[in-house]
Amino acid sequence: MAARNVAMREAIRRALREEMQRDEDVFVMGEEVAYWQGTHRVTRGFLEEFGERRVRDTPISEMAIGGLAVGAAMAGLRPVAEFMTINFAFLALDAIANHAAKVRYFFDGMFKVPLVYRAASGWGNQATASHSHAPEPIFAHFPGLFVGCPSNSLDAYGMLKASIRDDNPVLFTESIALYPKPSPMPDDLDEDYLIPIGKGDIKREGADVTLVAYARGVDWALQAARQLARDGVEAEVVDLRWLRPLDMELVYKSFKKTNRCVIVEESLPMYSFGGEIAANLQERMFDYMDAPIKRVAAEDVPLPYSKDIELLALPDAQKVVDAVKEIL
Amino acid sequence: MVYLPTDMKKQIAIAAEGKAMASPTKEMLLDWYRQMVLIREFEETCHRLYEEKRITGVYLHLYSGHEASGVGSMAALRATDHVITAYRDHGIALILGMDPKAVMAEMMGKKTGSSGGKGGSMHLASKDHNFWGGYAIVGGHLPLAAGIAMEARYRGKDDVTLTYVGDGATNNGYFHESLNMSAIWDLPVVWIIENNGYGMGTEVERASGQIELHRKAEAYGIKSFGRVDAQNALEVYAVATKAVEYARKNGPAVIEHVTYRYRGHGVSDKQYDARDDMSAELKKWMETREPIKILRDCIESKYGDVNEILARHEADAERIVAESVAFAEASEMPSSYEDLLQNTYVASDLVYKTDQSVGAGID
Repeated sequence: MAARNVAMREAIRRALREEMQRDEDVFVMGEEVAYWQGTHRVTRGFLEEFGERRVRDTPISEMAIGGLAVGAAMAGLRPVAEFMTINFAFLALDAIANHAAKVRYFFDGMFKVPLVYRAASGWGNQATASHSHAPEPIFAHFPGLFVGCPSNSLDAYGMLKASIRDDNPVLFTESIALYPKPSPMPDDLDEDYLIPIGKGDIKREGADVTLVAYARGVDWALQAARQLARDGVEAEVVDLRWLRPLDMELVYKSFKKTNRCVIVEESLPMYSFGGEIAANLQERMFDYMDAPIKRVAAEDVPLPYSKDIELLALPDAQKVVDAVKEIL
Repeated sequence: MVYLPTDMKKQIAIAAEGKAMASPTKEMLLDWYRQMVLIREFEETCHRLYEEKRITGVYLHLYSGHEASGVGSMAALRATDHVITAYRDHGIALILGMDPKAVMAEMMGKKTGSSGGKGGSMHLASKDHNFWGGYAIVGGHLPLAAGIAMEARYRGKDDVTLTYVGDGATNNGYFHESLNMSAIWDLPVVWIIENNGYGMGTEVERASGQIELHRKAEAYGIKSFGRVDAQNALEVYAVATKAVEYARKNGPAVIEHVTYRYRGHGVSDKQYDARDDMSAELKKWMETREPIKILRDCIESKYGDVNEILARHEADAERIVAESVAFAEASEMPSSYEDLLQNTYVASDLVYKTDQSVGAGID
């Protein structure tokens, strides 16, 4: 099948645009999504195509963005609310965790909350401490809210479409580092191409070690796998894609084959994705475990401005390779 | 310094102006009386049940004293309009016509409760009554109100979202962001600030730089209908009618209801026992500004002897509340894991899960 490389931002833009064309109830709102054309250019051209009613600039009011989306969704619309970066979503944590995630539950199923929060996420580019977070696990902590974190263009397309069409609230993060990154998308892609919410994916097969990752971590894992292959070590790369629900079955299946695991994430190490995966593995796969489970994450420090020490704080492929070599 | 209604009359000029415009019929006034005595009976019964440990939740915020605020303002709505409030929500639910049995059962955490025992006192709602709920985080429901109003604008409907806001909520970010958004998007919201003098235990004067709370909304370009004596249902109704019609045609409006809570912030509030100045203040409100008496006096002055019908409403309220207690106590508690887990998510074909998925719910 013919395919061509598409940057992830373009795949996201295409998915969002098609869903807006498909369903009049879908609208986007956020800071600079309309006249500015989107800080990350995901909503480029939307204002012209869909107009101010459906492409709504907001003031810098994250609490209101977060909560207004909940009300609009309860009332039957399908908001796609953008937080310019996930750092700003902390201001909306109450709206997200206490309202989007819980309204259905505390009214015992009376309301649906079919919204999507989109947020650019990730470390790097000397953005400095308060603009340098990959805090997806924090948001995945709350039952009631699904969390999707794509690692490539095709996944981003199918995951965002499923998120918009589903009747549950979804926080959808987009790695800033992956926005410009091209990856293949089939030319004849079906507009109904949906990736089920909570379904992981094997990005590379291998029998020697399982690398579990999501979003940008998948890139580091794949780079590490290529490097390890040169030394004759075949790593299997499991891209979980969603932090909630979490496709542990896929991890267990791989682990039963490899008996070794390194978890790779861009987020911070304490109370983390890595801790969650490792805990599940030791509970369910103890008999298959041939080595300690290793975690590669960011260093436990706020991110500095200066380039060299900034990079020192981040995970990378070499750190993954080193971790694998410790447990082989 | 405590908050007294001494010079309130000076502050409600707009209310007097509004009174000429909307005058409720005899039937309306009698029905308001019915609603108010039902709320009072329901709330005082809740208080007693709490003391007797038959209602066991830690939070129970009663609407006693506030009755005219809700009754008078909701009388200005039509059936397709929307209502949302914070945690002092029992009275709002009853005014909208929710079944007192389901509301009382929710107080007791029963399966037959309006939220199946999942929400409790602070989370009453009814889709059938366009009641979008009571919410428990101060200010948290304000952007939800804006979103509900936005849906109406989005679809070209002229339904209004009546939103009750406590005085304390005017001090947090939700208030300022939500009111500003409602102004720039011309959302049909009537923001009713129920100013009962205290945010939990802190007097308005100690919490807010601007003690005329409706003026905070004016700062965002929102049309203010001023302060209203919210112990007087007629004055509340007169102003609410104007504000609702304004919002329907134009955009957001604000009204400040000056009212008082008879049962403290919540049932755990011991300030009134501990402070003489507060218990004196409460006594003064009850003696001089009692909303049910004010309404009764008004009805009698207009229509003469209505004792028989008012007594019937009072007896009905006692019977209805007693029946709701009996119903609630006879109802089953949710007790299974299925009860615990269900309705965390909407069941969906788009969600993939296996027996080993984590965080996927049970649907």
